[in-house]
Amino acid sequence: MELETKVYQKENNLRIGKLLKESLADIARSRFLSFQLAKRDIQAQYRQSYLGIIWAFVTPLATAFVWIFLNNSGTVRVTDTGIPYPVYAFSGTLLWSIITESINSPMTSTNSAKSILSKINFPKEALVVSGVYKLLFNSSIKVLLLLVFIFFFGVGFHWSLLLFPLAILGGVLFGTTLGLFITPLGMLYKDIGRLIGFGLGFLMYVTPVVYGIPKSGIMKTVMELNPFTPIILTARDLAVGMPPAHLTYFLIVIACCIPLFFIALLFYRISIPILVERMSA
Amino acid sequence: MSEVLVSVENLSKKFCKDLKTSLWYGVKDLASGLSGNRNERELRPKEFWAVKDISFELRRGECLGLIGHNGAGKSTLLKILNGLINPDAGKVTIKGRVGALIELGAGFNPILSGRENIYNNGAILGFTRKEIDEKIEEIIDFAEIREFIDMPVQNYSSGMKVRLGFAVAAQMEPDVLIIDEVLAVGDLGFVLKCFKQIDAILPKTAIVFVSHSMPMVSRICNQIILMERGQAKFQGENVGKAIDLYYTRFADNESSVVFDDGSLSFEKAEILGISSFDKDIPQLKWGEDLKLTFKFKAITFDEVPAFYISIFDKEQRPVAILEPNRDASNILKTEKDIEFVVIHRELQLSKGIYSINISAVKMETREPFLRINAVLVFQLIHNEESWPPFLLKSSFQSI
Repeated sequence: MELETKVYQKENNLRIGKLLKESLADIARSRFLSFQLAKRDIQAQYRQSYLGIIWAFVTPLATAFVWIFLNNSGTVRVTDTGIPYPVYAFSGTLLWSIITESINSPMTSTNSAKSILSKINFPKEALVVSGVYKLLFNSSIKVLLLLVFIFFFGVGFHWSLLLFPLAILGGVLFGTTLGLFITPLGMLYKDIGRLIGFGLGFLMYVTPVVYGIPKSGIMKTVMELNPFTPIILTARDLAVGMPPAHLTYFLIVIACCIPLFFIALLFYRISIPILVERMSA
Repeated sequence: MSEVLVSVENLSKKFCKDLKTSLWYGVKDLASGLSGNRNERELRPKEFWAVKDISFELRRGECLGLIGHNGAGKSTLLKILNGLINPDAGKVTIKGRVGALIELGAGFNPILSGRENIYNNGAILGFTRKEIDEKIEEIIDFAEIREFIDMPVQNYSSGMKVRLGFAVAAQMEPDVLIIDEVLAVGDLGFVLKCFKQIDAILPKTAIVFVSHSMPMVSRICNQIILMERGQAKFQGENVGKAIDLYYTRFADNESSVVFDDGSLSFEKAEILGISSFDKDIPQLKWGEDLKLTFKFKAITFDEVPAFYISIFDKEQRPVAILEPNRDASNILKTEKDIEFVVIHRELQLSKGIYSINISAVKMETREPFLRINAVLVFQLIHNEESWPPFLLKSSFQSI
């Protein structure tokens, strides 16, 4: 039997094709590992809690309630959204929470695997993939709750709802790609993680999460350029059965994300040994 | 000759002493890593070589011992071998499946049960679900914790965790096995079991073994590297020599009084009939008589105590004790002094450095007066390297 040969030396292999092939082979090889890691984290998360699954949507629910209250009490007057405002607000905060979670996911996964990273050689891509699994699991629970909202407020079923999971997948892809690019630096400096949390807090208000794009003004331009906008809007439109107004931009963003995702994955792969070296065991 | 599985050529790795600088270099390395970074790596400010110019080859069935004091670069070298970090110079070529016993029980989640964690740990070590399904009973039996297998791992004792971790790792069938200190924990029975397992896989495997336990090193290694400040201070097949060198680094020949009730004070001790010295350590040849002379000053009492003289090896394991004097005869006792010579014929200790402890106790009650550790140190010379403390004279005869 021919033995697999590994060579470690200072030069990185930079033939993108070969690197990508290796990376994909590692993803395929580590299917069980990624699944097992996700299962482990999900199990552990719910075993040590009574409210369990509820925590997955408490934050978006709370944000949505705040806005529903502000709107209903007349404190803030939100322009007409075309659908019942609670559905609008909740779908927005929920999609937003999925995206932010996706952005943070690679960094969280890598950080929590720090101790094994510096001791055991395993396909690092499994960390990213397990992060995606966890996102999909959490998202599917959130989506179930959204369905309850949709039917409760009488929006009803539309065939486009079946495409909604695809839009969510797009959101996860978009967030994970961003997250992957940030991770290497974020692993070195804690500042990065804080900046991201801080920045996302602001970014939410230039994205049509709890209110629509205004008819005119600087805010309209910013919101329409913001790449988060088409993802939230398209997903929401699909869910409630409105014609997706930003579909083209959505498709452009996703089309850009696919190659970027693989580049980010390679960047991550190259970075890990450098990070392990700088991390405490 | 079996095939070479591990080949290491002029391997070097540098580290940074300062955290902030280290992180900044990390950012730079990230950037240069993207462009391949083929430049010669020089030391930047605040950096040092953690591993420098290490080369070796290891074949199937061989075991390389890596020894050295803390911070000598052993673990860094292992991390490079394991592919966790990239070297700054040189090259590692490894053939076959690599297994690392660097941390046992990696990926355990404390909340989950032992059984669930076998899957977690197994997955990280590269097993498939099917493999684990097949081996799970074997793993549970090997770890000897069937009774607790469905209990959360956080309630396990540290020994049990290590057992479970090793049991999973022991299922690997690696071509190259890297072991770092993990076997130090766990009780004796388990350590023996681990070694049995290692012995079983050794013929099919090339092992790199890091340990501070010289008995273990001498037991399984046939090649050795003594590392000091990242460099190989000694390298070769003479395991015993490297171990001797390792010990001389810690040579602490200072004698120390560990108990003194004030009734007796130590004057001098000497080994008689010594002709050669090595760095002030008297040398004895194997089979020569050991003649010791002691002189004490009696301060407050006038009876002769019993003297217990024991011999310790360099790991501070007691290897022998000389018969004490049964009575006061043959001991010169004057008004102030107590003096005597004690002889052991044909000393058959094996090669190495030994120290002598002496204690003086009251003849009848064994109540101690004085105890001194390492009152004398000597080196025993023989060409034969042997790990057991005694090399006993023997002859073979035809029946």
